[in-house]
Amino acid sequence: MIDKTVGDFEAAVAGVFDGASVMIGGFGTAGMPDGLIDALIAQGATDLTVINNNAGNGETGLAALLKAKRVRKIICSFPRQSDSQHFDALYRAGQIELELVPQGNLAARIHAAGAGLGAIFTPTGYGTLLAEGKETREIEGRHYVLEYPIHADFALIKAQRGDRWGNLVYRKTARNFGPIMAMAAKCTIAQVVEIVPLGDLDPEAIVTPGIFVQRVVQSRPALAAIAA
Amino acid sequence: MNRMNREQMARRVAADIPEGAYVNLGIGLPTTVADFLPPEREIFLQSENGLLGMGPAPAPGEEDPELINAGKQPVTLLTGGAYFHHADSFAMMRGGHLDICVLGAFQVSVFGDLANWATGESGAIPAVGGAMDLAIGAKRTFVMMDLLTRQGESKLVQACTYPITGLACVSRVYTDLAVFDLGPDGARVIELVDGLTLDALRELTGVPLMMGS
Repeated sequence: MIDKTVGDFEAAVAGVFDGASVMIGGFGTAGMPDGLIDALIAQGATDLTVINNNAGNGETGLAALLKAKRVRKIICSFPRQSDSQHFDALYRAGQIELELVPQGNLAARIHAAGAGLGAIFTPTGYGTLLAEGKETREIEGRHYVLEYPIHADFALIKAQRGDRWGNLVYRKTARNFGPIMAMAAKCTIAQVVEIVPLGDLDPEAIVTPGIFVQRVVQSRPALAAIAA
Repeated sequence: MNRMNREQMARRVAADIPEGAYVNLGIGLPTTVADFLPPEREIFLQSENGLLGMGPAPAPGEEDPELINAGKQPVTLLTGGAYFHHADSFAMMRGGHLDICVLGAFQVSVFGDLANWATGESGAIPAVGGAMDLAIGAKRTFVMMDLLTRQGESKLVQACTYPITGLACVSRVYTDLAVFDLGPDGARVIELVDGLTLDALRELTGVPLMMGS
């Protein structure tokens, strides 16, 4: 019997190694897998490359991982926010590398990795500082920039419900990067509010099929109550 | 002259958004356009973080941290609205499916180049978000901004000096003093506030301006 569910967050993040690349879902805090990030901090892996849209908000989640100095490099579109103080301090001190990527290119590069593409030509960023030094091509009168896929060793994502085969559905705008990060990582770990019996998820409505998911862990009851 | 205030500018932009349009309103001033869309028109608002059919802010106490807009403020979903992931959301932009995008700007060139993501100030932490995708993606990109900076410098320029967000992507600029259409031939003034002449506007902006659409 295939059972991708694991009993707790500690087991869920087992094996994340020093120097790993880790995609973390979420747009701000919506969809951020806070339980998995806390477990990753406790687990101790360091020298990580993190891929997220932002660079942490406030004191919890990704911000706490940054504060613990576990992140060597971050790939994101929008690090600077009113409550990104931990990233800001590390960046100003030269203690973290930043790769700034337009948000749609971030999504497209993650998707390309999951879809097995060698690279993409994107119109976004053409003629800007963020395309400097990159190969370009004119195709049918429009200008494109060559961008490479973003792969990851692990993806930590949050979904609403999952089953033992790893099928997932999400909730509202907490979906954001979850489905494409699940495709792009070698090992995708999903924090779900509720693990449901196989067959409970409508096959017509499953957003992430289980082939893209390796581990599923249910949030602690307290977290489930908040997200319900 | 009758300089338009923020609300008047938002009403002016809203008046040009037709029934059935798929629209993304950028963070800041453009977001306020939503408050003035004529209620008799069905208009689809898209938010980059994965929703189409975005509704107004929820009543106090009804906020949902998992239902937010691009500015990370709580919003609602209209009946018939949909959620989707980031690759689909940006495919809507990049793939030319959005009819109109309204953005703020630091500078716009008379040829439609946009600068709205960075000032190039040293020491500033860079952030781009969806600005570059939005700029080049929609069928029509509108900019909404004050014509002059606080120092009185024109934000409509011959060539942008701030870092570029997208080239030749802005087709129309709504300002507190005039509305401009932009293109390969330069800027055309299509509306002026009462009491402002074309010559006075040329003086203020310092760029060549044609009259009429």
